[in-house]
Amino acid sequence: MMTLNASKIEPNPIRHADVYRNDWDSFVANQSRNGSASDRAHELRRVGWEEFNRIGFPINRRGNELWKYTDLRQIDRMPFRFGAPSSGISLEAIAKMVPLPREWQNVVFVDGVRDPSIADSGSQSDGLTLRDVTAYEQLGALAGCESNAFVSLNSAFLDDGLMVDIDHDVESIKPLHVVFVSTGSDLGQRAVYPRIAVSVGRGSHATLIETHVSMADGSHLSVPVVEISMGQQSTLRHYRVQLDGEDSYHFATTRVKQGEDSRYRSTSFSMGSSIGRHDVLTMLDGEHAESTLHGVYMTTNRQHQDFEISTTHSVPHGTSDQYYKGILSGRSRAVFSGKITVERGAQKTDANQKDLNLLLSHGAEVDTKPSLEIYADDVKCAHGATAGHVDEDTLFYLQSRGVDYDTAQAMLIRGFAAEILDEIEDELLRTFLEDKLDELMPALQQASDTIGTA
Amino acid sequence: MLKIENLHAAVTDSDEEILKGIDLEVNAGEVHAIMGPNGSGKSTLASVLMGKPTYTVTEGDITVDGDSIVEMMPDERAHLGMFLAMQYPSEVPGVRPWQFLKAARDARDGANGEKKMSVRAFSKLFDEKVEEVGINPDLMRRSLNEGFSGGEKKRNEMLQMAVLEPRIAIMDETDSGLDIDALQAVADGVNQMRSPSRSFVIVTHYQRLLHYVRPDVVHVLVNGRIVETGNAKLAEKVEATGYRDYVAVN
Ligand SMILES: Nc1ncnc2c1ncn2[C@@H]1O[C@H](COP(=O)(O)OP(=O)(O)O)[C@@H](O)[C@H]1O
Ligand SMILES: [Mg+2]
Repeated sequence: MMTLNASKIEPNPIRHADVYRNDWDSFVANQSRNGSASDRAHELRRVGWEEFNRIGFPINRRGNELWKYTDLRQIDRMPFRFGAPSSGISLEAIAKMVPLPREWQNVVFVDGVRDPSIADSGSQSDGLTLRDVTAYEQLGALAGCESNAFVSLNSAFLDDGLMVDIDHDVESIKPLHVVFVSTGSDLGQRAVYPRIAVSVGRGSHATLIETHVSMADGSHLSVPVVEISMGQQSTLRHYRVQLDGEDSYHFATTRVKQGEDSRYRSTSFSMGSSIGRHDVLTMLDGEHAESTLHGVYMTTNRQHQDFEISTTHSVPHGTSDQYYKGILSGRSRAVFSGKITVERGAQKTDANQKDLNLLLSHGAEVDTKPSLEIYADDVKCAHGATAGHVDEDTLFYLQSRGVDYDTAQAMLIRGFAAEILDEIEDELLRTFLEDKLDELMPALQQASDTIGTA
Repeated sequence: MLKIENLHAAVTDSDEEILKGIDLEVNAGEVHAIMGPNGSGKSTLASVLMGKPTYTVTEGDITVDGDSIVEMMPDERAHLGMFLAMQYPSEVPGVRPWQFLKAARDARDGANGEKKMSVRAFSKLFDEKVEEVGINPDLMRRSLNEGFSGGEKKRNEMLQMAVLEPRIAIMDETDSGLDIDALQAVADGVNQMRSPSRSFVIVTHYQRLLHYVRPDVVHVLVNGRIVETGNAKLAEKVEATGYRDYVAVN
C-alpha cells in the first residue's frame, strides 16, 4: 500500500516536452534496431514514457504533499538531454575522486552506461552474478511509474543498468561498489538514468556501496532508481554516497522489499547537488524483518536536500528505525519527510523516527514533516525532530582549552556527524567520507553566521 | 601573575551588571579561594576571566604578567596558561577526550612556538593522568562528558587540567556534588599540582574542599563585590556563620 494519492496530483505541462520526446523516440528506435533488450524492458520504456508525458514534473505543488517544499520549476525549465556518454574518461581519473580499492568489487558507469573501456576493477565474487538490468523479469515491480515523474523518466530511458543477483546462503562476499559518474559535459545539460536491481538470496549477507559523483561542473540531472528484493534471513548493508556537483540535480528513488527475518541497513551520505532528493520506501513484508534507514546530509550556500523516507510495516514483529542528521549552512534548505505506515494486523511493530539538524546559519532552514499512519493497536512508535544552532557554551568549553573558534566549531560539526559515520563498518568508506566532510568544512564554516565570539 | 582591577561585567547586550568592581591579585604559587552564596557572581567571575562571550567587561581590567587579556579570545587565554574547570562542563557528542586534549595541547604548544608532543609522549602523559585522577578509563572511549555522572565530569575537568598543565588554574565549584572519595581526589590533584609557578583560584560554595587544600587567601564575594578578604581562617568563619551577615549588609 503506497501513500501516494495519485488522483489528487494534477498533470503538469512539460516545458521541453519536444526535447524529451525526440530523445526518447530516437532512443527506442535505436533499441529496436539492436533488438537486444527484453520485451519487459520495451514495455517499461513505453509505460514510463507515457506516464511521464502524462504527468510531467510536479511543478504545481498546491495540494501535492509529496512536493510541498521542493520547487521543481528549475528542472522543468532546462532541456535535459539523453545521449551517448562522454568518452575518454579514464579509470585513473575516476579513482582520484572515489576509492576503487581491491577490497571491493567496483563497477563503474559513465553517464549511465557501463563503459566497456573501463574494466570493472576488483575480482568477481562467488555467489554474486552481475547482469544487464534489462534482462531482469521483475524490473519495475517495486518501483512503479504511476504518478512518479522520476521513476517514469528513469523507466522511459531504461538503457544500461545493473542487475545484482546474490545466490542463497552466501556468507561473505566483497562489498559491491557501483559508481555512477556523470560528466555533464559535451551534451550541455545531460540527464542520466542509473538503474540497479538487487536480489539478495535467502540467508545471504551482502554489502552494496552506491556512489554518485560528477566529473565536471556543468549542470546535469541524475535520476537513479534502485530496487532491492531481500529473501528470508538475508542481510544487506547499503551505503549510499551522493557527491554530485553543486550545479547538478539529483532525484533518486530506492524501493526495498524485505522478506521474513531479513535485515536491511542503509546509511546515506548526501552532500552533493543543487537540488537533491532521495525517496526511499522499505516494505517489511515478512515477519521479524528489520529496516534501518540512517543518513547524514550537509548543505550550504543555496543547496536544497529533500528526504522522503518511508517505511511500511504490513506484517507483525517488524522493527524499523529512521534516523537522519543534517548540517545546514548558508541559505540552504533541507526537507525531512518521514513516513511510518503500520498496516492493520502488523502488531508488535517497533518503529522509530528521528531527524536532528545542526543549523550553522540564520539563513538555513529545515522542514521536518513526520507522518505516522498506524492501523494496528499493539505498536511501539516514537518520533522526534530538532533543529538547533551550535551550542555556545560547548564552543566556549572547547575554546577555553586552547583550540580556536573555527577548530572548535569544526569539532562540533564532525562530532555531530560522527554518530552516523561511526556506524559505517567498512573502514575505507568511513575514512573516505570523513575526509569528504573535512573537505566541505571550509564551505560550511564560511557560510556560517550563527555565533560570533566577542 | 593575575591581576583584576575594578572589574565590572554584564551579560553581553544587557545593562545589568553582575560583577560590580572586583579587585584581586593572585601571585605565582598562591591559592586563592572565592566563596560566596548562590547567585553572587562566582561563575560569572570565573567565566569572565576565561573570556566567555556571554559576558562583556564594561569597566576595569584583567592582566596576566602585566598585559591586559580583556580583548583576548578564550583560546588565546588558554595559550597564556589559563585554565577553567567548569561548574557545568558541556557534553560534546562525537568528540573523544584523547583527541580533543591532544588538539588542545598542540594548539597551545603551537601558539607558544613549542614543539608538538608526539602521539606516544602525549599518550603516556594522558594515561598517567587518567590513573592519577582516578577516572574510569572506559569513559575515555566515550564522547567527551557524554553520559558522565556529575562526579565523573568533575574528575574529567581535573584530568584536563592535569594534562594541560596551566599556570593559572581557575576551578569553579569542582567540589560541588562530589562524594568524599571524589573530593579527596580533587584535593590530591590540586595539592600535587601546587607549585611556586602555578596559581589557583578556587571558587567554592562550601568550605569542604578547603579542609584539604589550604588556601593562602580567602575572598568572600557577595552580589558582585568582594566584601571581605582574609586568610584560611576566614573560610572557617564563613562556614560557622554562613553568608547571612554579608547578604544583610549588601
Ligand atoms: N547568562 C546570563 N544571563 C542572565 N543572567 C545571568 C547570566 N549569567 C549569570 N547571570 C546572573 O548573574 C548572577 C550571578 O550568577 P553566577 O555567576 O552564576 O552566580 P554563582 O556562580 O555565584 O552562583 C545571578 O543572578 C545570575 O542569574
Ligand atoms: Mg556558580
